[in-house]
Amino acid sequence: MTLLAGGTDLMVDLNFGRKRPEHVVAIDRVPELAHLERNGHVRMGAGVTYTRMLAEDVGSAALREAARTVGSPQIRNVGTLGGNVATSSPAGDTLPVLAALDAVVVLRSKQGERRVPFAHFMTGPKKNVRRADELVIGAEWDDAGPAQTFMKAGTRNAMVIAIAGLALVVDRSRKRVGVGLGSCGPTILRASQAEGFAAAIFEAHGWDRHLTPSEAELKEFGRLVATAARPIDDVRGTAAYRRHVLAVMGERALSRVWSMT
Amino acid sequence: MRLRLQVNGSQREAEAREHESLLTVLRERLGLWGSKNACEQGECGSCSVLIDGDLVCACLVLAGAAQGRDVRTVEDLAAGEHLHPVQRAFVDAGAVQCGFCTPGFIVATAALLRDNPEPSDAEIREALSGNICRCTGYGKILEAVHRSAAQGYTS
Amino acid sequence: MTIAPPKTRLRGVVGESAPRADAPPKVKGEFVYGSDLSREGMLYGATLRSPHPHARIARIDVAAARAMPGVRAVLTSDDLPTREKFGLMRADQPVLATRVVRYVGEPVAIVAADDPEQARLAARAINVEYEPLSAVTDPVAALQSAAPKLHDPKDGNVIEDVRVVHGDPDARADVVVEGEYEVAMQDQAALGPEAGLAVPGPDGSVTLHIATQWLHEDLRQIAPCLGLPEEKVRLVLAGVGGAFGAREDVTLQIHVCLLALATKRAVRMTYGREESFYGHVHRHPARMWYRHGATRDGRLVFVRATIVLDGGAYASSTFAVVANAACFGGGPYRVPNALIHAVGAYTNNPPTGAMRGFGAVQSCFGYEAQMDKLAAALVIDPVELRARNALENGDRIVTDQQVEGSAPVAEVIRRCAALPLPPQRSSNDPLELPGGAGNLTHGEGVKRGVGFAVGLKNVCYSHAFDDFSTARVRVERDQGGVVARVHTAASEVGQGIVLVCEQIARTELGVQRVIVETPDTTIGSAGSSSASRQTWMTGGAVLAACREVKAELVTRARGRRLDDVDVAELLDTPVERVVTHRHRPTEKRNDTTQNDGHVAFLFAAHRAVVDVDVDTGLVKVVQIATAQDVGKAINPLAVIGQLEGGIAQGLGLAVMEEVQLKDGAVRNASFTDYLLPTMLDMPPVVCDLIEFPHPDAPYGAKGVGEPPTISSTPAIVAAIRAATGRALERVPVRPDDIVFGASSHSGWRVAAGDDPRGAERVR
Ligand SMILES: Cc1cc2nc3c(=O)[nH]c(=O)nc-3n(C[C@H](O)[C@H](O)[C@H](O)COP(=O)(O)OP(=O)(O)OC[C@H]3O[C@@H](n4cnc5c(N)ncnc54)[C@H](O)[C@@H]3O)c2cc1C
Ligand code: FES
Ligand code: FES
Repeated sequence: MTLLAGGTDLMVDLNFGRKRPEHVVAIDRVPELAHLERNGHVRMGAGVTYTRMLAEDVGSAALREAARTVGSPQIRNVGTLGGNVATSSPAGDTLPVLAALDAVVVLRSKQGERRVPFAHFMTGPKKNVRRADELVIGAEWDDAGPAQTFMKAGTRNAMVIAIAGLALVVDRSRKRVGVGLGSCGPTILRASQAEGFAAAIFEAHGWDRHLTPSEAELKEFGRLVATAARPIDDVRGTAAYRRHVLAVMGERALSRVWSMT
Repeated sequence: MRLRLQVNGSQREAEAREHESLLTVLRERLGLWGSKNACEQGECGSCSVLIDGDLVCACLVLAGAAQGRDVRTVEDLAAGEHLHPVQRAFVDAGAVQCGFCTPGFIVATAALLRDNPEPSDAEIREALSGNICRCTGYGKILEAVHRSAAQGYTS
Repeated sequence: MTIAPPKTRLRGVVGESAPRADAPPKVKGEFVYGSDLSREGMLYGATLRSPHPHARIARIDVAAARAMPGVRAVLTSDDLPTREKFGLMRADQPVLATRVVRYVGEPVAIVAADDPEQARLAARAINVEYEPLSAVTDPVAALQSAAPKLHDPKDGNVIEDVRVVHGDPDARADVVVEGEYEVAMQDQAALGPEAGLAVPGPDGSVTLHIATQWLHEDLRQIAPCLGLPEEKVRLVLAGVGGAFGAREDVTLQIHVCLLALATKRAVRMTYGREESFYGHVHRHPARMWYRHGATRDGRLVFVRATIVLDGGAYASSTFAVVANAACFGGGPYRVPNALIHAVGAYTNNPPTGAMRGFGAVQSCFGYEAQMDKLAAALVIDPVELRARNALENGDRIVTDQQVEGSAPVAEVIRRCAALPLPPQRSSNDPLELPGGAGNLTHGEGVKRGVGFAVGLKNVCYSHAFDDFSTARVRVERDQGGVVARVHTAASEVGQGIVLVCEQIARTELGVQRVIVETPDTTIGSAGSSSASRQTWMTGGAVLAACREVKAELVTRARGRRLDDVDVAELLDTPVERVVTHRHRPTEKRNDTTQNDGHVAFLFAAHRAVVDVDVDTGLVKVVQIATAQDVGKAINPLAVIGQLEGGIAQGLGLAVMEEVQLKDGAVRNASFTDYLLPTMLDMPPVVCDLIEFPHPDAPYGAKGVGEPPTISSTPAIVAAIRAATGRALERVPVRPDDIVFGASSHSGWRVAAGDDPRGAERVR
């Protein structure tokens, strides 16, 4: 049984003859999957589309920024969170955000429900722990406040698969920094040294204050972000560029969120 | 498999294979050749149609999953010889060269103007960034969108 | 005698921006493209292609495929009616690979089945045993004596070798600059995929409905490969979804006809996007070594260049591409001394051939980079340096041909430079900045740069090619009154030749209602919709035919002025004339390429303004300004459409478009990874059309299609250089090139102007 949500990943495989599933079950009209709830804790159904993420307050500014970079309006109108999560491409743009938010993926089968932290969900390029009989119900995370951002590098100004992507979340109330990296390893990576480095600075300066970080701090944060990457050379970019641009993105991301409270 | 589709306001039936896209069915089974196939992977927008009012790539819609929905294609816009204002604007602005991208742009533009009747340049560029044109360099297309906006596209 | 009705003013004459007659059906989705063709009960074709860049075919087993449900024919080279090969300028390509395959994607077998899925699965079920051979994928290596020979061993992989020797190539100069440059492989990426429908006739004939640039040339290549006389093969133009050179060569034409003849059923073949990347030729990648010398006050003394073009596995139009790269390799400048050596090589890469700009694109990237280097070395403004050396009427290009008629090079430079610059950046909206939707910068790292470039190209075919076009014009009376029917074989590929024919006929004949009929092979050839030539050639043929028709009408008017009579009255019988139009003869290329090989020249200048995020290496083109010498704009709106569209393709080559190859295989055969500019990538274009009519062209209208694609690329790269200080000797410019200043040396050393067969490996 193959599930079909927005079809923006699955249909490409069907059109190119790469897959010929016996049965396809369309889940794009299942109301439960379209739910969206936030009151400190965000529960987003797998069926929420990118267009909805842009139109509504989805409890994560970084996720909205990520949604805006996905494909084109046509793709965003139907492409879903659940499809992105289930496909588990290292270039899936919502995934670094889920990683940085410490989100939990909710899976369900006849046997019941499982909640898998995103950090343990993806196991390789287009590989994850979801069993064939499980449905991705959605993802959940704690509303981390406004200090967050997403950015991605690609050689076209729209409709481009990321050469590298980065999500940074600074949860001032929970005193937590999350950095998720896309397209620079077999799975979405967390830059834990960079997270620790930034958390220490916030700790020292006070989590709830506006502060302008020093050039040296930004640089060091960028450097630590880049060292977390395990990139390869591929048709979209080189490993060297990926490392370089991650450092730049890290620096810029930190200097952007610093003032967001 | 037998499909029942609601296309351009009428009920249509067609035989299709399980894996086939709405685009294939529209074109090859229903003879609605207006939606074009230039990539079959959502990258060009030539196959743009409206489903329940949403702008989508017909090549990425499984035909079976479109049953029970309202499908509108480029063929739905003109009334005989009388062009829809967006179509008129594309003709007049010189936005059509080879024309292969045109049906997709027309449908996408109609959807844009429905939601945002007076878009700025930047809004048009973002809204139409999923439609590739290889011939025009987009200048005249941008102009056509402004022109149809100025004429009140629903007229 | 009746009194003539008062004449209403004609709408849509030469010089007006008339709307296209084919636009209403196109906006309605009713226009029938090749891929929209169908016949009740037709079959679907599919192609099996080689996975190897170079291999011997040991065995092909089609038994399983033939036994599959719905399969009506499976053909390999053993089943072909003849051993004839095909090719645009040299018949070197087998219809289906025989004994060897020479590139990844070479057709090996074809299938017809009841539906596309069955055809595809059957093609996949054909079992081919290959014995891989060593492949040559570096064109410079292919030219060396040690390389395996891919075709006739005598020629050692050289397809064409052109030397331009002008003045004293050993002249000395005060200031000398040099560089090695690379142009990667670009795809035409016409949006309409290759498509054709073949319908067999009861008498063993076949009618092919096909999206092509040149019906008659297709016919010339197809008929012998089918083992049929040309009379038994009829071609009809199907709607063409863009071409840009990719439809100059035969792709599926022969295959679909063979399947129709074998099955006695109508067969349609359509390539998907991935197959399209393998199915048609691409732009030649180039390696160029340039050396320019100038006096201290900025006058060019010499240009020396060695240019190696990768022709891929089959010759296609490599001969003419090489000649163009060489002939225009000095640029639109007065160059008293030159030595340019251009060679096209066979390799095991996908075949290359025509693409908009045809050889002139590659060398322009080289010489314009050199002009900027020279300007820097001389501390002269780059625009001023170009103006100082601009060709004037009566000057000679490096092939010693005088530029006559019109040569407004200084004018295009001056007027382009005078166009208004865009305002300073005011927005920090990422969508308007490098990286666009990626939200990479809100202004951080962004630097602006401005660059300038000028280009030169010929119009029409060169070097004694018998270049002609045929037009039939018929004026008659029907229920709707007087109508002029224009019939030619000229392919409307989107460029607007239908408008040109219509507007010329209307203007000449004074008849409002003009119908341009569907092109087919029942009329004489129109030549190809390429080389910016259709306005000049088919426009010229229509003009001449109209003038003959008009002369007959004048005779019939018996002394009355045509304006004073009701033309309908003169048309008891229609008036029809068929005219074949030729441009003035050109000379065959001689040893040193010093003679009048070309008909006339086209010039354009481009100024690019870019914002570059120097930290991420991403680029946003902010504005392109262009001035182009068009002779006369028959339809100004259509001309601007050509300029903007051509610039978009030049922009693509500058910053994103590259067919990436690895061991001869295309790594990015999809629109996901072969990136085309979107509306967010293409900036506003400001243009100035310069109308100095050329005396030999209809209404003075030179072609306009190619120049926009030639100098736009180097202008954009010059702007990126200005913003970043990087050398950028390769297109497309990749983020790595900006961020790391990566060098793109080929690993071969050649002194500019020397024979690349003597290249020395340095890495
Ligand atoms: C032109 C184009 C551009 C794109 N650009 C981007 C981009 O910029 N960034 C990006 O991240 N992605 C991009 N994508 C990929 C794609 O749009 C996204 O991954 C999208 O989120 C997939 O969602 P969907 O609903 O369309 O998935 P579908 O195609 O419906 O499904 C994808 C896979 O997930 C499975 N699945 C779907 N929902 C569930 C569920 N609830 N439970 C279990 N399994 C499920 C399906 O069986 C299938 O295997 C692009 C795709 C296209 C065609
Ligand atoms: S054909 Fe559907 S997007 Fe290209
Ligand atoms: S007009 Fe040809 S692709 Fe747009």
